[in-house]
Parts: sequence; C-alpha cells; structure tokens
Amino acid sequence: MDTFGFLMQGLATAFEPMMLLYALIGVVLGTAVGVLPGIGPALTVALLLPVTYGLDPAGSLIMFAGIYYGGMYGGSTTSILLNTPGESASVITALEGNKMARAGRGGPALATAAIGSFVAGLIATLLLAFLAPHVVKLALVFGPREYFALMVLAFVTVSAAFGDSALKGLVSLFIGLALALVGIDQLTGQARLSFGVPQLLDGVEVTTLAVAMFALGEALFVAAQGPDGGNGVLAIKGKVQMTAADWARSWKAWLRGTAIGFPIGSMPAGGADIASFLSYATERNLTKHPEEFGKGAIEGVAGPEAANNAAAAGTLVPLLTLGLPTTATAAIMLAGFQQFGLQPGPLLFASAPQLVWGLIASLLVANVMLLVLNLPLIRFWVLLLRIPQPWLYGGILVFATLGTLGVNPSVVELTMLVLFGTLGYLMRLYGYPIAPVVVGLILGPMAEQQLRRALAIAQGDPLTLVQSPVAAVLLGLAAVALILPMILRARGRGDVLAQVGTAED
Amino acid sequence: MTPQGAQGRRPDGAAFVIAAGLVALGALLVWEGGRIPNKQGYAGVGPGDVPWLVGWVLVALGLGTAWQGWRNPGPPRPKQQAVPLLWLLGGMGVMVATIHWIGFVLGAAILFTCAAAAFGERRFPRAILSGLALGLFIYLVFDVLLQLNLPAGPIEMLIFGR
Repeated sequence: MDTFGFLMQGLATAFEPMMLLYALIGVVLGTAVGVLPGIGPALTVALLLPVTYGLDPAGSLIMFAGIYYGGMYGGSTTSILLNTPGESASVITALEGNKMARAGRGGPALATAAIGSFVAGLIATLLLAFLAPHVVKLALVFGPREYFALMVLAFVTVSAAFGDSALKGLVSLFIGLALALVGIDQLTGQARLSFGVPQLLDGVEVTTLAVAMFALGEALFVAAQGPDGGNGVLAIKGKVQMTAADWARSWKAWLRGTAIGFPIGSMPAGGADIASFLSYATERNLTKHPEEFGKGAIEGVAGPEAANNAAAAGTLVPLLTLGLPTTATAAIMLAGFQQFGLQPGPLLFASAPQLVWGLIASLLVANVMLLVLNLPLIRFWVLLLRIPQPWLYGGILVFATLGTLGVNPSVVELTMLVLFGTLGYLMRLYGYPIAPVVVGLILGPMAEQQLRRALAIAQGDPLTLVQSPVAAVLLGLAAVALILPMILRARGRGDVLAQVGTAED
Repeated sequence: MTPQGAQGRRPDGAAFVIAAGLVALGALLVWEGGRIPNKQGYAGVGPGDVPWLVGWVLVALGLGTAWQGWRNPGPPRPKQQAVPLLWLLGGMGVMVATIHWIGFVLGAAILFTCAAAAFGERRFPRAILSGLALGLFIYLVFDVLLQLNLPAGPIEMLIFGR
C-alpha cells in the first residue's frame, strides 16, 4: 500500500469516536498549558504518563501529540496579550505580537498566529506523512553504530550547539547522562549507582525528573524573583480577524515559516525555538515594511508562529522513524511510547502501522480542532490568563506531585522530586539549560546500549564506530556542531546563538 | 564583558562551587565504575565503563567551569528572595514527609497553601479551602475514576471509604 492508502486508513482510525475524544482532550489541554505561563507541553505530557498507563496506547499517543500541537498554538496567545511567552517557542512572537496588541491590533495578531499555525501544521503534517516512509527505508540500513552516531549528534545539537555557552550545555547533558546510569544495567543486569537503596534500582523516573525540573524548578525561580511586577493582560480590541492587507502580508510569511520550521524540526538540530527565531530573522530581512519591525509588524507574528508549528510536526519525523527525540517534549513522548512497550523506529511502521498512521492522521484532525479552539473560542482562553499567580502555581505544584505520586509514591521518589527541583532552580539561576538533562536521561541508556552492541559486534574494536560511512558522517557533523559554535562565540558572534538557546519544550 | 556591581566581581565565586559539585559527582561515577564487576564480554565495554567515562567527562567539565570562573566575571544575577523559596521548599518537605499518613487531599492542601503563600497569597483560610477542594477533585478524578493509586488518609477513608 502506498502512503496515500495508509493515510486514508489512518484517517479511518482517527475518526473513531474514542480517538476523536482523545485528540480533543489533547488539544484542549495543550492549548491550556500553552496559554498558561510556567507550564509547557513537555511537563504536561510527563504528568500524563502515569495516568495513561492503563489507557489505550494509540489514544494516549494521539493525546500527547495533540498536547504538543496545542502548546504551539496556545503559546502565541500569551505572547501577544501578556508579553510573557506561554512556552519557549513563542518567545519571538512576543516581539511583534505584543506591540500589535498594544497598538490595538491584538485581533489580527491572534488571527494570523492561529491561521498561520493551521496552515503550517497542515502542510508539515502532510510532509511528515509522505517523508516518513522514505526515512524508514533509510533507517533500515542503520545498525547499532549508526544509531550511536545519530544519538551523539542529537546530544551535541541539543546541548552545545545553541545557547550562550557550550560548556553549560554539556554540563547539563552530562548531569542527565549521569542520572540515566542509576539503576539496573539493561545489558548485564548489574546494579549501578543505587547504593543499596532498592527504590533506585528502577532508575530515575522521567516523570519525576521532568516535573522537578520544569514545574518545581520554574516555580522556585519565579517565586524567588519576588511578587510579580505586573504585565497586565491586554484586552482583545475588535474582532479576531484579518483585513485583506493583513492576509496579503501574512500568507507568504506562513509558507516561508513552514519551509524553515519543518526541516529544522526534522533534523536533529534543535526544536521549535530555533525555527521561530530563524523565521523572524528571515521576515525581517525580506519585509517591504522594515519601518514596522519592532513596532508591530504582522509578518513577525505570522512567520515564527507558522515555523514553530511546522517544527513541532518536523520533530515527529525522527521520533517516529528513528526513535530519536530532538526536543524535551519529543523525548518525553518517546518515554510514552516505551511505557506501552512500543519502540518508535522503522519496525514500528511494519509492526503497528495502524497506530502510526492513526497518529499521523489524527494530527490533521487535531489541527482543525485547534483552529476552531483558537479563533472563535479565543476569548475563553484569555480568561485563563486572569488566574492570580499564587493560585496558578499552587495548582501547578499539586498537579506536579500528582505525576510523581502516580508513578511511584515512595518517599525516595518524592525526595528525589524535591532535590531535582532544587537542582532545576539552581540551574536556571546560573544559566544552565534544562532540556539537555531530560534528553540525556531518556536517550542516555539507548546510546549506551547501541554503543556496547556496536562494540560487541566488532569484538571490541573501537574503530568500528567510524568505519561505516553513515556513522562517520554523522559523527563528523556532531564534531562540527560542537566546534563551530565555539569558534563563533570566541569571535564574539555568540549573541545570535544565545538568543535561540532557550530550548525547553 | 564589564564587571557590574557586586555580582560582577572577578573571579566568579559561584563557578567554583558548581565546579566542585561537578568534580564530586564525576568522582563518584568514576569510583562506582571501578567498583562494580565489569563483565566486558565480547564488547570490551562492561557496565562499569560508561559510568567511568561519564565521570571523567564530568570532572573535566568541572575543571573547565572553574577555569571559566577564574577568567570571566559572573554575569549579573537577579537578587533572589529567600522567604518565598522557604515557603515552597518547606511546603514540599512537609508534604513529602507526611503524605503517607495524612493522605493525598490534606497533603495537596498543605502544598497548595504553601505554594500560594510563596507567591504572595496571605488570605490563608481561602487558600486552605481551595487546596482542599482541589485535592478532593483530583482524588475523585484520578484515584476513583482513573484508578491511579494515590495515598489515602483519614479524609479519603471518611469520604470514599478506602
């Protein structure tokens, strides 16, 4: 069967009433966490891992993907109306979007963000559907050494390539890798770093780490800044729709944003944040109204919002076809697959085509749902921004502990939650990125297994790692991604890298 | 970079503390890597070798952090307020220590109240009542309906009989 046939079959799955319900729950939750500052899709998926344990795998994964897409939509609302990004990929949107809202053009800004997200999500999801089978064919020739090289590349791009310091990124990554070593070695059954504490034999739970780092660490950091100075929520003036001139200026920006976002998301080259930043820079260079940039140019909202949605879809390409997460959210979604005993990768397309294609088709459905949620119903989401800060964070923390209590209600696990939360706070305070810790924890054990398998196949000859052309090229790219930014920073060109290095979701 | 105020003094003291922590963590991993039986098998790499490697990289990163802290002044950091931090960590601590006795609902109420207090809420009766309501709601949805096993205490016994 060809891609089109699979996609039709997937749509049949996606239109089952239960699947529609899961998708709806996902996009509603996703929009909510996107709108609320302080929580993002990564945390939300992590919180839901224990809850979905007993539910239907396909439905749960559809819900997770809906949360990811929804987060990208919802984040723009907060950026535009509050000037505080609701999630990290919408940082750029705040630049022009908030200016537009201040000038009384909040309606068009929200509309171009929502429609741009829809256009980009639709195109990028179709690209995902038609690209994935080809990547799967490519992935079939991958052996352990190629997978190991691919993971090294992902490690480098997630930690060291962007952000203001390669050293800090690597520190975060290796803290994650160290935490990943806790527990029973998967190849020999040897207990490592458990120090005789039985609860540590299972290793560090993804949910606990994500909740601690994203929810508790963030809450501690925000609380320690003292009471909120108060960026008031701007009211939406006028209707949430665009004039003909707005359309004329937006549609090219949407398409360019999609063209930038999808490849960036699908390569192990960082996530939606970088895509939205590049799209903003592109729009700024190409615009016919340079005088408006910085004062509320609609292209500066349309492009980045399209780019971050396209990148979210792009991220699913390596996740589904190779089992390789390139963002924190994707890493936690991978943990979601593993929870159901599914290993994303070429085999999954053969062993569970209904699930994979149902998931991809559901994304198309979710996109339509999100357009409805974010255009006619936008005023409802704005109400969320009026929740007072103390109540918001109180609620976030209660839900956060619920996640850990759901996985493993032992005192050891809860103590880890508090300790990692403090670690997350200190890392924020001293400018260490959070995402590499989570990616290191989830990808670390897989990289170790692939490395040891590769070496076992070659009877312990380390040269085997560079003897296949694919592996050698991937490791070479990793070296470039590590060294090139260092040179740029040493030459004082690091500010660009620092600006795009806020990756958390 | 020009030194700014008290935080901009050189060298950066915080970097040395971080560096010490990284070296200590690295040393722990190297020690653990050497301690456990390293069945290398065909691979020539056993369960102890990866901790050993990660440990040495952490030591190296620690030394790098110290070197950077020595050469560059730390960036200016926003002043941190201790009281909200104590509220939050205290609330978490009390919740962790007591939740298996008092159950999820009361634990959630304690945590909610302390977290709200950390963000400036001073109307405690309202916060406590909201925390209780939220805890009850979550217990009802996740334990009773979704069958997630949450710690039960006197309140849960009384209302849900389990």
